[in-house]
Amino acid sequence: MIAAASTVVVIALVLWWILSSEAWPAVQKQFFNPTNFREVWPDVVGGFWLDIRMFLVAEVLILGIALLLAMIRALRGPAFFPLRALVIVFIDLIRGVPIILLILLLGFGIPALQLKGVPTSPLFWGVATLVISYSAYTAEVYRAGIESVHESQRMAARSLGLTQMKALRYVLVPQAIRNVIPALLNGFVSLQKDVALVFILGVREGVREAQIYTAKTFNYTGYIAATVLFLLVSVPVARFTDWYTERDRKRKQAVGSG
Amino acid sequence: MSVKVELSNVVKAFDDKVVLRDVDLEVNLHEVVCLIGSSGSGKSTLLKCVNLLVPIDSGEILFDGSVITDPSVNPNEIRQKMGIVFQAFNLFPHMTVLENIMLAPTKVHGVDKLEAHELAQNLLLQFGLLDKIDEYPDRLSGGQQQRVAVVRALATRPELMLFDEVTSALDPELVAEVLGVIRGLKDRGMTMIVATHEMGFARDVADQVCFLDDGVILEQSTPKELFSNPQQPRTRQFLQRIVDAGRL
Repeated sequence: MIAAASTVVVIALVLWWILSSEAWPAVQKQFFNPTNFREVWPDVVGGFWLDIRMFLVAEVLILGIALLLAMIRALRGPAFFPLRALVIVFIDLIRGVPIILLILLLGFGIPALQLKGVPTSPLFWGVATLVISYSAYTAEVYRAGIESVHESQRMAARSLGLTQMKALRYVLVPQAIRNVIPALLNGFVSLQKDVALVFILGVREGVREAQIYTAKTFNYTGYIAATVLFLLVSVPVARFTDWYTERDRKRKQAVGSG
Repeated sequence: MSVKVELSNVVKAFDDKVVLRDVDLEVNLHEVVCLIGSSGSGKSTLLKCVNLLVPIDSGEILFDGSVITDPSVNPNEIRQKMGIVFQAFNLFPHMTVLENIMLAPTKVHGVDKLEAHELAQNLLLQFGLLDKIDEYPDRLSGGQQQRVAVVRALATRPELMLFDEVTSALDPELVAEVLGVIRGLKDRGMTMIVATHEMGFARDVADQVCFLDDGVILEQSTPKELFSNPQQPRTRQFLQRIVDAGRL
């Protein structure tokens, strides 16, 4: 009750503060124009559909590649040192560069090389960069999950004669994934927005369509349309993440006391 | 009698802490050897060295007469011939009892699913656990979990079983059911090395008892000899404390 009342009061105050600004009427016309909104909406929706498809394709690849990287990193023993080192260097390098720079470097750089058999489309390299970048981050999420599984589980698996890879695959990773699902979902939300970054390569996704409209009309309502679309997808995912995390926490408590 | 396992001059240290110092031990086929001694004396490490979960620093361990501590030996092949049961059960919590048991036979030994299923059923029946076949471990009592862990190890048809204080994490009233399982294995001629705090059990079941103290096998003899006529002052002191605690 108190929470609801205070929320309403705060929102009302902020709104009054913004609407009372002298520049508001101009901003309203520039950003919140219903006519422009109707005009730009179909293009932005069309572009946004590409965002969604890029997200889905990238996410599937990321989940797979990141897991493979994390598993290689979890291998022990001197024999696997070169592989492990390679993965660590990859993860460090990729995580050390701003994603927007990576997109520019790979998106413009690789097509410029004109290598035979290598795609040159900005869409391809945009998505590829997202996959590379997010795989590095997500591999670290998986790694934290693998390390959170108690050492005795690895020992029990190895004692049965399972190789390192099989111990990871059948015993450690399934438990690890359960532990990091909230963190993975968090990554979903993040990627779902970051796909828009490929607009910088000229890919005609939602933000790019809005930008094109702005360039033609000097009206920014297209950006609001894009914002609405992104929120429509990301807020439910965020709510789902919270709901899932909470349910998981309760389950663990129930098991712990039982 | 043929020697199944032989340790000679085994040394193991974790960083600066020496856990096993020049340990020699012979275990014959069908024999039960109990390792006793206070916590931290090296019992558990010794078992983990035997199935190569813990690499030794020097010395040798032989299994069926061949050296298994050589770097050229594939530890996975050696472990396929041994089973180990841990103090904390270490069942896989995301798998049912059946899946826990079938994992090694199907994924390591290449047994086909039907056959592995049948084997698991037979073993569970023998150990009175058939009604738990589809349960997850967290639904079972400690004693049941530990018996499932024994079945899981047996499902790979091991030639040697290692028990690492398997009753230490159990409520007192559940200890007997697990010890009963080990007695049953002795009757079937299983070769076993058992680290335990259950002196009564060691006295009844063991062919040899080794008293470990600070990484050394200080005294080794038949249970009758060791429990009634200990030679070393440390052994006497240890046994006296057990008797004082009313546990022998």
